[in-house]
This record gives sequence, C-alpha cells and structure tokens, in this order.
Amino acid sequence: MRVQAADFEVGAEIAGLTAGRSDIGAVVTFTGLMRADNAGKAVAGMTLEHYPGMTESELERVEAEAQARWPLQASLIVHRVGALKPGDNIVLVITAARHRQAAFSAAEFLMDYLKTKAPFWKKEIAADGRAAWVDARASDDAAAGRWQRPSASED
Amino acid sequence: MRVKLLYFAWVREKTGKAEEHVDLPAGIETVAELIAWLKQQGPEYAEAFRRSEVIRAAVDRTHAPPGTSIAGASEIAFFPPVTGG
Repeated sequence: MRVQAADFEVGAEIAGLTAGRSDIGAVVTFTGLMRADNAGKAVAGMTLEHYPGMTESELERVEAEAQARWPLQASLIVHRVGALKPGDNIVLVITAARHRQAAFSAAEFLMDYLKTKAPFWKKEIAADGRAAWVDARASDDAAAGRWQRPSASED
Repeated sequence: MRVKLLYFAWVREKTGKAEEHVDLPAGIETVAELIAWLKQQGPEYAEAFRRSEVIRAAVDRTHAPPGTSIAGASEIAFFPPVTGG
C-alpha cells in the first residue's frame, strides 16, 4: 500500500510484486485514470486531498480483509494525491493468486471498498477555472454493499 | 477534555482551518453531541456543519457513526463522504 504524489508504472509494479516467485498463477490489475469529463462537464484538472495516517490504515485494513476472504499470494494498492490532469493515473490495484478467480474478485472488492472507505476527496477544476468538490455517488455505496456478508437473519 | 480536531475538504474550507485543539465542556460524549456543540462555536462552524447529515467523522482514525463515544479520544476528524479511487 502506498499513497504518493508521483506517478506509477503498472508494469514495474507487477514485476516488483512477482519477482522471484513461482507460486503465482494469476495477476489482475485495475488502473483508474482521470477523465476530461464528469457528469457531462469538461474537467481541466483535479486535486486529491487525503487524511494522512487514516488513509494508510484504511488501505491496510481493506487489503487485510481481501487477504482474509480470498487466497491471495500478494496484493498492492497505490493511490495518488495532489494535482492531477486528464489522462493521469489515479489509482492502481494489483492482486496475485494461484488461480484467476480469487485475483479477479479481490481486485473488484479492493476498488469497491477503497472508494467508500479510504479518506480521499477530489476537487475538480472546470474548464472555466471554477473548482468544486466532487459529490460521493450512491452507485459506489451500492457497489461496496454487494460484498457485505449475509447477516445471521438472512442465513 | 482536550482533543485535536481535524477538518478535510469542504469542511476544512468552511471552518477556515485544517486542525485545532479544543477544550470540550463536560457532557459531550458522542460524535453527534460534538457536532451540535461545534455548530454553536461561530458562524463558520454553523455553516460548515449545517448539513450535518452528510458529514462523516473519524475517531482516532476509525470511521465513526454519530452515536460513537468520544471518551478518551485524542483525534477526531470531520469530512464529507469520501470520493477517492
């Protein structure tokens, strides 16, 4: 898990995770990039703020939860902060497992959970220079909710 | 009780500060009670916490619903719903 202003290189991160290992049969990566439009409006740039200390502990917690749910050999989350422009990388999730299903599922879980739990906030700068905080999306809560384990009453 | 308060994103912009140390009067025991008290600390706080139902909190860096106890807490943060990823 890393929080950084600098860009990341997906290939190098995969190589770092798998170097010297022969127990990994599947690697799944997800990369989130910044689009030049949001909700029908042109976006010129963005700044990402976070809560140092809590961000790291939340990301570690979701990674530990993924490791507990699926047989993962390795995982990595890299999230950028600071000033970004359209086309820039924002977030990287890598999961590595013996077989693909655990890697696919865990990667989706990590993204869904970090979007609703990790304390990051996006402020978009529109083409006219006006800046506005991005609103949280109900669809992200719904995506994270589907991973909740059934409660005892639903068993 | 002396506690460190942190504000992020538009909560930070509206209060005009990223962090502060405050001495809380006795009787403030939950996140919801702390928000109610903060609302009375000036117009900038009243505005920042006006839509208190959308404000999220963390007590000692753990997500904390309104009913969470703040007893013994050293760091309490307020922020809008998160938008990372």
